[in-house]
Amino acid sequence: MNGPDTGGEDMREARVGEGTGRRRRGRGGRRGEKAMVPEAEFTSYYGKPILNPPVWKAFDVAGYFFLGGLAGAGSVLAAGAGLTGRPRVARALKISSLAALGGSTAALIHDLGRPERFVNMLRVMKPTSPMSMGSWLLAAYGPAVGAAAVLDVTGWWPRLGRAATAGAAALGPAVATYTAVLAADTAVPAWHEAHRELPFVFAGSATAAASGMALVAGPVGETGPMRTAAVLGTALELAASKALERRLGIVAEAYATGRAGRLLRAAEILSVAGAAGAVFGGRRRAVAALGGAALLAGSACTRFGVFHAGTQSARDPKYTVIPQRERLRAAAG
Amino acid sequence: MGSLVGRNLLADAEPGTAPRMGFFTDTSVCIGCKACEVACKEWNAVPEDGLEFTGMSYDNTQGLGADTWRHVAFIEQDKPMGQADSDMRWLMASDVCKHCTRAGCLDVCPTGSLFRTEFGTVVVQEDICNGCGYCIPACPYGVIDQRKGDGRAWKCTMCYDRIGVGMEPACAKACPTDSIQYGPLDELRERAAMRVDQLHELGVDEARLYGHDPDDGVGGDGAFFLLLDEPEVYGLPPDPVVTTRDLPSMWRHAGMAAATLLGGLAAVFAVHGRAGGGR
Ligand code: SF4
Repeated sequence: MNGPDTGGEDMREARVGEGTGRRRRGRGGRRGEKAMVPEAEFTSYYGKPILNPPVWKAFDVAGYFFLGGLAGAGSVLAAGAGLTGRPRVARALKISSLAALGGSTAALIHDLGRPERFVNMLRVMKPTSPMSMGSWLLAAYGPAVGAAAVLDVTGWWPRLGRAATAGAAALGPAVATYTAVLAADTAVPAWHEAHRELPFVFAGSATAAASGMALVAGPVGETGPMRTAAVLGTALELAASKALERRLGIVAEAYATGRAGRLLRAAEILSVAGAAGAVFGGRRRAVAALGGAALLAGSACTRFGVFHAGTQSARDPKYTVIPQRERLRAAAG
Repeated sequence: MGSLVGRNLLADAEPGTAPRMGFFTDTSVCIGCKACEVACKEWNAVPEDGLEFTGMSYDNTQGLGADTWRHVAFIEQDKPMGQADSDMRWLMASDVCKHCTRAGCLDVCPTGSLFRTEFGTVVVQEDICNGCGYCIPACPYGVIDQRKGDGRAWKCTMCYDRIGVGMEPACAKACPTDSIQYGPLDELRERAAMRVDQLHELGVDEARLYGHDPDDGVGGDGAFFLLLDEPEVYGLPPDPVVTTRDLPSMWRHAGMAAATLLGGLAAVFAVHGRAGGGR
């Protein structure tokens, strides 16, 4: 079943089929990239992708990942702030979580080919479909987040408000991380292969974003914990991203090149700058706002970067063929 | 009742309703006439999706998608064919939805629009599909796609309307060389094994089956193939895996990440204490 298909033999065989699928050589990429992944030969059908790339629109779906993270982690921060006597930042975060959830739901519906059939999302409950589970999760989280914000602002029924805040905080972490499963549960190499690290990247990125929102919208006297959280979130995101790049072999290239590479480098710079601003200047209004904005922008860049890494990896057959060939070779011993 | 536990009610066929039906596409006798492509389009009223000159040998449909449910691939190679007296061979192969035993598209569909029929095939119910697009990157073969202007996902149904009344699918019916064979999957697998042996005896050593193995990453294909070269030469993935195989691990990692987020932030608030107390 498997003749070795390498070297000149392969070149000749795929005379017509080679197309654009072969790797370009001598690309001046990032340091260490070449040493990390040796040049590999592979065959394709005229360089055509094997997968049909996602038809999701970047703005909708990456935006949804970002806003979902902002809402989810924001709910946890809001509950913590409320419990520790920081009511003004708690209220700001409840409002931002509600707004972010509204935005993310709108993005999700806008991305549908048949938006008017949105309610079909709740037609069944399927554990094998992260999108189904996510729809149900949002159906539970939405009312909690809405009640938490509205009851806080109006001051009505404080006990119900506290319960809603707690409920939103309990579901928030799931809202922030399930989107990583949503992406990973596909045949897209850069997403599927990263299924272990991606939830941690998203958890860190969500924490950084929500902390950034607190710094922008909350009074500096109340944002001490969020400044610490900004650092921890950024650290988690960066550590998980590095682990991902190390483990992914050739597929990691999709994260380092093209638009994805540019976005993820920008994300790194923005997040680190934002976290640094939070720690060193977070008590000054202007610095806190700037740092917070940088954290938010960094988180958005991360989500768009991950999104584009996925579409890039789906469009190039090498990311599908080479890892599968390696797996077959390893299985054959 | 006991038998229901552990069975995915939405992804499996009702047991014991009908034998599982399938396609065996023997590419060694494909002549590249594209009768299957045409018959499929006609019977299923699939819209025209561009007739371009691609320069890819005789291929102008390029690949499977929302509006191409059979696709004939053409590959020109500097290589002898069996013991034939020629230095060149021309591979042709009619590709189609694999109707996977473990179908990624079906598993991830959030509306239940994609379902498993009584024939073991995988079909989209177009009156339910809301165009979420999740099935598209979930398919490891690049089969299903979104129809432009329509918004919903479309793919081969193995002519669900025809096989329901005992007819064979349009492509198999139209194929003049029986390169496309339709029938009970068990029978097709036996026939395919015999055909490979026959070709090996004739000296066509490179003949091999693809998608026939119930132990592969998708649990075997309902539509499988006899190929004369590596799968990727035809644009097929060499070792496809249904993405949901790793779903338990994905949920586990997401759970750990969510717990890290919650625990980490709880610790942060604990360390900082009440406002005014610490900093
Ligand atoms: S080949 Fe793709 S579209 Fe066809 S059943 Fe398998 S996963 Fe679904």
